[in-house]
Amino acid sequence: MLVWRLTRGDIMSGKEYRTITDVKGPLVFLNKTEPVSYGEIVQLMLTDGSIKNGQVLDTSDDQVIVQVFEGTASVDRQTGVKFLGDVFKLPVSKGLIGRILDGAGRPRDGGPDIVADEMADIIGAAINPYSRQSPESFIQTGISAIDACTSLVRGQKLPIFSASGLPHNDIALQIARQAKLVGSDDDFVVVFCAMGITAEEYNFFVHDLERTGALENSALFVNLADDPAVERLITPRLALTAAEYLAFEHDYHVLVIYTDMTNYCESLRQIGAAREEVPGRRGYPGYMYTDLAMLYERAGLVKGKKGSITQFPILTMPGDDITHPIPDLSGYITEGQIVISRELHQKGIYPPINVLPSLSRLMNAGIGDGKTREDHKSVSDQLYAAYAQGKELRGLVAIVGEDALNERDLQLLKFADIFEDQFLRQSRDEDRTISEGTLDLAWDLLSNIDTKYLVRLDQKWIDKYHPTDKIGKDEE
Amino acid sequence: MSKENGVIYRISGPVVTAIGISPRMYEVVRVGDEGLMGEVIELHGDQSVIQVYEETSGIRPGEPVIRTGQTLSVQLGPGLLTQIYDGIQRPLPKLEETMGVFITRGVDADGLDLEREWDFSAEVKKGDEVGPGHVIGIVQETETIEHRVMVPPKISGTVKSIKSGTFNIKEPICILDDGTEIAMMQEWPVRHPRPFVQKYAPDVPLITGQRILDFLFPLAKGGTAGIPGPFGSGKTVTQQQLAKWSDAQIVVYIGCGERGNEMTEVLDEFPHLIDPNTNKPLMNRTVMIANTSNMPVAAREASVYTGITIAEYFRDMGYNVALMADSTSRWAEAMREISSRLEEMPGEEGYPAYLSSRLAEFYERAGRVQTLAGSDGSVSVIGAVSPPGGDISEPVSQGTLRIVKVFWGLDAGLARQRHFPAINWLNSYSLYPQALDQWYRDNIAPDFPEVRTEISTLLQIESELQEIVQLVGSDALPVDQQLTLEVARMIREFFLQQNAFHDVDTFSDLHLQYHMAKAILSFQEEAKKAMAGGAQLEDVVNVPARTDLMRGRFEKGYQDRISDLVSEMNKQIDASMEAN
Ligand SMILES: Nc1ncnc2c1ncn2[C@@H]1O[C@H](COP(=O)(O)OP(=O)(O)OP(=O)(O)O)[C@@H](O)[C@H]1O
Ligand SMILES: [Mg+2]
Repeated sequence: MLVWRLTRGDIMSGKEYRTITDVKGPLVFLNKTEPVSYGEIVQLMLTDGSIKNGQVLDTSDDQVIVQVFEGTASVDRQTGVKFLGDVFKLPVSKGLIGRILDGAGRPRDGGPDIVADEMADIIGAAINPYSRQSPESFIQTGISAIDACTSLVRGQKLPIFSASGLPHNDIALQIARQAKLVGSDDDFVVVFCAMGITAEEYNFFVHDLERTGALENSALFVNLADDPAVERLITPRLALTAAEYLAFEHDYHVLVIYTDMTNYCESLRQIGAAREEVPGRRGYPGYMYTDLAMLYERAGLVKGKKGSITQFPILTMPGDDITHPIPDLSGYITEGQIVISRELHQKGIYPPINVLPSLSRLMNAGIGDGKTREDHKSVSDQLYAAYAQGKELRGLVAIVGEDALNERDLQLLKFADIFEDQFLRQSRDEDRTISEGTLDLAWDLLSNIDTKYLVRLDQKWIDKYHPTDKIGKDEE
Repeated sequence: MSKENGVIYRISGPVVTAIGISPRMYEVVRVGDEGLMGEVIELHGDQSVIQVYEETSGIRPGEPVIRTGQTLSVQLGPGLLTQIYDGIQRPLPKLEETMGVFITRGVDADGLDLEREWDFSAEVKKGDEVGPGHVIGIVQETETIEHRVMVPPKISGTVKSIKSGTFNIKEPICILDDGTEIAMMQEWPVRHPRPFVQKYAPDVPLITGQRILDFLFPLAKGGTAGIPGPFGSGKTVTQQQLAKWSDAQIVVYIGCGERGNEMTEVLDEFPHLIDPNTNKPLMNRTVMIANTSNMPVAAREASVYTGITIAEYFRDMGYNVALMADSTSRWAEAMREISSRLEEMPGEEGYPAYLSSRLAEFYERAGRVQTLAGSDGSVSVIGAVSPPGGDISEPVSQGTLRIVKVFWGLDAGLARQRHFPAINWLNSYSLYPQALDQWYRDNIAPDFPEVRTEISTLLQIESELQEIVQLVGSDALPVDQQLTLEVARMIREFFLQQNAFHDVDTFSDLHLQYHMAKAILSFQEEAKKAMAGGAQLEDVVNVPARTDLMRGRFEKGYQDRISDLVSEMNKQIDASMEAN
């Protein structure tokens, strides 16, 4: 049973049109109907008896354009079209937790239909910026690269920029397993949204969620690679509608993981092409920024509500290119990004997070005295600076050899290796605490560099946290 | 004008076509059963094309469209300051009251509170001649800002009566001989620049407390600046720093198609930040417009005009106003989206052919002017630009750079190294220094321009030397050039880098900036002397007092200590010569 049918008792009585004039890609064009509303849900009755679903993209007295979620194969001029009189809604209730639904919101786990407490419009209204609350509670992921350098806070949208063949799924799952607020036992509910991923990837997620018992605490919306491509345009909206309901009606802290945004954007491009719109960069629609923002901005905290939505969109950068429109426009909307590096992966380092292009814009609000540790910001800045310089020196050494380096440069060069090998590298089930696990480790590694070169560290933190003897001892 | 009713013919996203009415271009109309606000943007045969400022889903052909006879306008008067608006001047707190935390639609809200009463004290009296823009009285709008109530443009005459006292903003407070009534509130159509007598060439800097901006690439009061940069390079932080620390009297901050949380941050922070110029909370001088990325695009298109009109209004009172628009690219994209729905012939990258003229018109509304009342006011405009992939060869960046006089180019590489502000000192520029040099000589130091030239020359030389270093390593350079590299490093790490999130470092007084620059030159000079006298570069660079000098900038009272720190450094450098 389709979700939107629940909204209208009278739809079966709706008038059926057989006025299709054109079919182009996923779009169907109809002539002369009664007034049909913009965004209305549509049902197509094919001559073979099967049913397809769609949504109105353009409406006028003379013509209506419908986008068909399942694609237009087998649609002909005899196909009947019914307008269901309402926009797309998802039945929501706490009963969503523990369920697996398909990309259009139908049960996929063999369970019963969701008994709706409420029918929620899936487009979602914008949160009034005045009604938001600043995210500022540090989430410890147990992964040093993230916790130290791109700290995550509750209510943030922080995508993973990856590429094919890299372990982004492992990282997302590790975060889902380990994420916690320090000094609180509030748990996260996971809303997982699959868009065009392979059955194998999907199984990997489900098995892991099952293995750790997290599945009972999750709601899954699943559109796989062989499911209708256009349906992917609604799947994340369903997931976010569920997330908003759970967070803002039932006080849950929701972690939304959605993958793969790249497939979503491909579907968007497909619709644009079929409408013969003037394309923006690389054929993606000019409104892709706005469209993505309508998803990513559905994160955060609002005044007067206890719950929160934290988003982890995963996207694979075509050709590992961070300037490609998909990562580029995402980066312009999200509050930072975690960038997975093929180079580190090839060196055998897990998690292969390249901290240099990675960023958490909400980090400053979430770290420091009383939140993580007073020296956190300094340490993080210093790690970056030293690693960035060390890495750059690798290029130089390749040309002129180590002999041309001065003492400072040699130390930085060595530090880059240590940083990758000991700080970044950790195992898939290693859950490091921020203070002893991550920051102390950072000080330990930084002590391989003479303090006079550690210009990003405040003297007071050096006095307090630096394992001072080390350099002296090494030199003896 | 008589109201006319028509009906919706077509709906395509934010663009609705109506038939049966013949409105004027840019007239505001009410669309659909819910009366959504829209603006006529094209007339085409018997069809009127309307951009709608609210979500259009669920609306159907045949629903009514009603003319209002008004063009898109803002309400101007006491009550603007500390307020936060959406793109069409609806106060967001008001929307929260009526709709809750999510913005639904079909709700109208006045830009100003029409009920609230203000203490008005008249500044003119019966029999006085008044003309457009003349101040007839004042209202203490916030602790720090006095709102100067002006005669609206186009109105003049002899004051027949005027009263001081407590009034709401619609009540007539002044009546002219010909019977014209003047209230504290006036309205102005946003797409028209407000009038003034003449523009002056800017000759006073807008001081921002940001070292790289003030010292190397200054903006003038009434000037224009563009900040292009890839995502995460620091456009918003830079704009917020300007909103916080620049010495404008009024700040208009437009969040145009950007993040909701960034506006929340401003709302949370500004009431607690103290304006170094008035010692009162910064919020007192601030007006915010927030039309975030997920709010309707048509209202995003309008937000920039709403903001600049408010800025001009305060300029007309004789204030120096600074306006930040983050990001003008999102504004341009809104134009592109609407244009493509209109099926207009696209220009470059799908943007409408009129993109560059719209950009130019917008920046032209900046300037230092002689107001209608004869005083001096200014609007400085700082626009962020978000080029796809960080590549500024695209139309919005190019259109902007052709107009603005200051270019603060943000650099992904610097941001990646956490060199903030990530403004590239080699390709950024300001066309104002010449006009401002006299001001610097008179107010900061007679040799200010020369010091600036020395600093920027050192940075140029460094970039040339770096090319050699890339090939042979720094040890292969002669020691004097190695010293130059150290001095340049000091400029970068000690002077150009400035941490926006550090209590002390976030703002540098212009005098302090000058002393810091001098400290660097002093290091260079002493080091040269010492090395000529046999000291080793390594020892000179590593004198502990230099580290103290550099770290000291994070501590309060640095300005008072800096000359002692410099003397101590120089002493130690001298000593390193004797040690050899
Ligand atoms: N002056 C600064 N001092 C310290 N940190 C800074 C500074 N400027 C930028 N940053 C850092 O860079 C991050 C990104 O900056 P910002 O949000 O201003 O980027 P942006 O250019 O506006 O990006 P977008 O186009 O995506 O909005 C900030 O969250 C902060 O961590
Ligand atoms: Mg920004």
